[in-house]
Amino acid sequence: MTAAIETERSGLVGYLTAEVSRSPTQASLQRLYFGCRRFAQNPLAMVGFFVLVALILIAVFAPWIAPFPMNEQNLQTRLLWPSADHLFGTDELGRDIFSRVVYGSRITLQITCLVAVIAAPIGLLVGTVSGYFGGWTDTIMMRLTDVFLSFPPLILALGFVAALGPGIRNAVIAIALTVWPPIARLARAETLTVRSSDYIAAIRAQGAPAWRVVVKHVMPMCLSSVIIRITLNMAGIILTAAALGFLGLGAQPPMPEWGAMLSTGRQYLLGSWFLAAAPGLAIVVVSLGFNLFGDGLRDVLDPRDE
Amino acid sequence: MITPLLEVEGLSVTFKTPHRLVRAVRDISFAVGKEKVGIVGESGSGKSVTGRAILKLTPGNGTVSARRMQFEEIDLANASETEMLNVRGKRIGMILQDPKFSLDPVMRAGDQIAEALPPGLTKAEARERVLEVLEAVQIRNPKRVYDLYPHECSGGMGQRVMIAMMLVPEPKLLIADEPTSALDVTVRMQVLAILDDLVERRGLGLMFISHDLNLVATFCDRVLIMYAGRIVEECKASELRQATHPYTQGLLASLPRIGDRRKRLATLVRDPAWAL
Amino acid sequence: MIEVEDLTVRFGKGKAAVTAVDGVSFTVRTGEAFGLVGESGCGKTTILRALAGLNEDWSGLVRIDGKQLMPKRERAFYKLVQIVFQDPYGSLHPRFTVNGTLMEPIKIHDLDRPDERIDRVLRQVGLGPAFRFRYPHQLSGGQRQRVAIARALILEPKLMLLDEPTSALDVSVQAEILNLLTDIRDSTGLTFLLVSHDLSVVSHMCDRLAVMNQGRIYEELTVEDLVQRRYRETYTRQLFEASLGYDKRLSTAQVKALDEAGA
Repeated sequence: MTAAIETERSGLVGYLTAEVSRSPTQASLQRLYFGCRRFAQNPLAMVGFFVLVALILIAVFAPWIAPFPMNEQNLQTRLLWPSADHLFGTDELGRDIFSRVVYGSRITLQITCLVAVIAAPIGLLVGTVSGYFGGWTDTIMMRLTDVFLSFPPLILALGFVAALGPGIRNAVIAIALTVWPPIARLARAETLTVRSSDYIAAIRAQGAPAWRVVVKHVMPMCLSSVIIRITLNMAGIILTAAALGFLGLGAQPPMPEWGAMLSTGRQYLLGSWFLAAAPGLAIVVVSLGFNLFGDGLRDVLDPRDE
Repeated sequence: MITPLLEVEGLSVTFKTPHRLVRAVRDISFAVGKEKVGIVGESGSGKSVTGRAILKLTPGNGTVSARRMQFEEIDLANASETEMLNVRGKRIGMILQDPKFSLDPVMRAGDQIAEALPPGLTKAEARERVLEVLEAVQIRNPKRVYDLYPHECSGGMGQRVMIAMMLVPEPKLLIADEPTSALDVTVRMQVLAILDDLVERRGLGLMFISHDLNLVATFCDRVLIMYAGRIVEECKASELRQATHPYTQGLLASLPRIGDRRKRLATLVRDPAWAL
Repeated sequence: MIEVEDLTVRFGKGKAAVTAVDGVSFTVRTGEAFGLVGESGCGKTTILRALAGLNEDWSGLVRIDGKQLMPKRERAFYKLVQIVFQDPYGSLHPRFTVNGTLMEPIKIHDLDRPDERIDRVLRQVGLGPAFRFRYPHQLSGGQRQRVAIARALILEPKLMLLDEPTSALDVSVQAEILNLLTDIRDSTGLTFLLVSHDLSVVSHMCDRLAVMNQGRIYEELTVEDLVQRRYRETYTRQLFEASLGYDKRLSTAQVKALDEAGA
């Protein structure tokens, strides 16, 4: 009765808000649509989102945005104060700081993405397998995780970089090594609650092999908290990368890595504060952006009050 | 008609959710005297919300309004939060479904009951009073139960401790929200017998909120049947079988019974008009 | 269909071990509906989970459809025996649509014509194709339980294990689900093993029942015996009387027995 009276909205919005989904694609698109709508209602999360979009755009279009090549030196124009020509001034070798910060976004983005791509799957796999199978598997894997967790992340990363040799690639590996254990812990805790639920019992009672239960049924339940966790960790990753750069163990000169720039800027802090301020500000803004975005994501993916 | 302890007129409870207003209870009126009044309904009928609204224990996004809500000499409808503190637990007691969630797990049962006593008693006096109420809920060996922790009590024992705790301030009205649903059937009957006894001997009023028609019909004196936030029918419990409202009849017909040889049970066809 | 001899299930090891099921034996004939009745913690669900292959720590002799069961099951076993759980809110994966939930058994057992099977089984449980792409949170409790029944039916089992399939539902919805189960049994000739704490549900659905308490079967009787009150055990009588509702005289008498057993 009511269905006849109810006016159906047409077009894309109608398709996305339809009461009855007609295909799996529509069902998942609807989920996505309602998730996005929820996210958009949170202004701080949107700020974080725009910061990240800006970061990606700047990284992609760096050569067009930056007025100068990142490594062009000019000793005549060293340590210039910010001006119309040089928005953030120039550094001790006469390079345009604005251009270097712009190019630096590429390195930051690269590091965070690589770390996320390496650490999240490892953490998820170790955590879910450990939690689902329990027993000896659990004991061995969790003790291994404990070993990694027992060092402060920065010290651990420093140790690895020292052993592997400085450089961006090694910094990424080192940071990833410090990031996965907390994720594994988180995934394991989630798995323990999921494992005893009836829907897992139901799929087992249908004869699903253990790997299928873990991959198709347990992992999706842990995924959202892992994504939230890694997004919230991004700020930490950026700071660790910057710290490694600052200590000269991350990106090597003349690469415009923000941490390394901050480190050289420190020597000129009293006379030319902008050398350190510009990359420092970039680090703060991007870290904050990731945090705000992660918080918003948690509200969407992890709705506990539904 | 017995003189009512509680009179409610035009009670409504509305919840605000991000999407819409949910009218959980809509303009209901009833009275409770020194008797056992059952409130029955299915999930979402508003029966639990009604119980809580009387004590103004509705969550933050809910608003309670009533034309009149009189409990003895107190005007509950216009009572302030401080006044309510003197009513809750003291004049009107509340018993919830699962004692496990309502008792402090790290405190001995007896000490928890003693907490509800008025201040200024010596330790020995307090203990004496607690042992008295434990006996009132027919615990045979109150001294032993006094020293038990909640996890050492069985479900029925836990619920009796809970009831004992409620009895200490000598309330006039008990609101019991599914007090026996978490208990095994045999224990359930015993807890009911205790409640029954208390109503009779202490002259309490009891509001018994339950989804179990059969139980309410056999235990209570009067029954209110709720559907979609309204009271659709009110009758003597003994006459529930002769209920007239199609919803009540439908509910009764959908119950399986021992010795009933129907192959299929009658199902309820909901009439949208009931909810109007 | 089911022959159980001396089934024992223990949880935990050493001193802390709890015997949940203690040497239980019973037989269920093909096409029959058999009920296990008892209160929470009596071991009835534990028996069901052991039979369904969800718990491998049991001892005793179990034969289903003539084949003796090992704690570890082969894949073919799951096509023979399916289970429906008590809580429809917890037994459906929240991230799977109805389609996804029903597709899993088809993929696991490599069955052909998936769409046809899903549509047929959804019709069978009284849900139209409109429900196929909904998520569990878009369904009511009764609809979820129908999906759970559809999931059990899709493998066309011969034996259905029902773990309190209606105790989490309102009575009017319970009636619908019980009718659905009756219809399914009529049309497919499935064997039911129904576990419940509710004597009236079991007496409505089953031909025979066993009353359990503290991990043991106290007595086995036909529903006809029950109706005529031809039970031998006091415990069965208590359950029977409790199912009729509250009786002041009987209950007051029972209070006295509680203290010794209760604490």
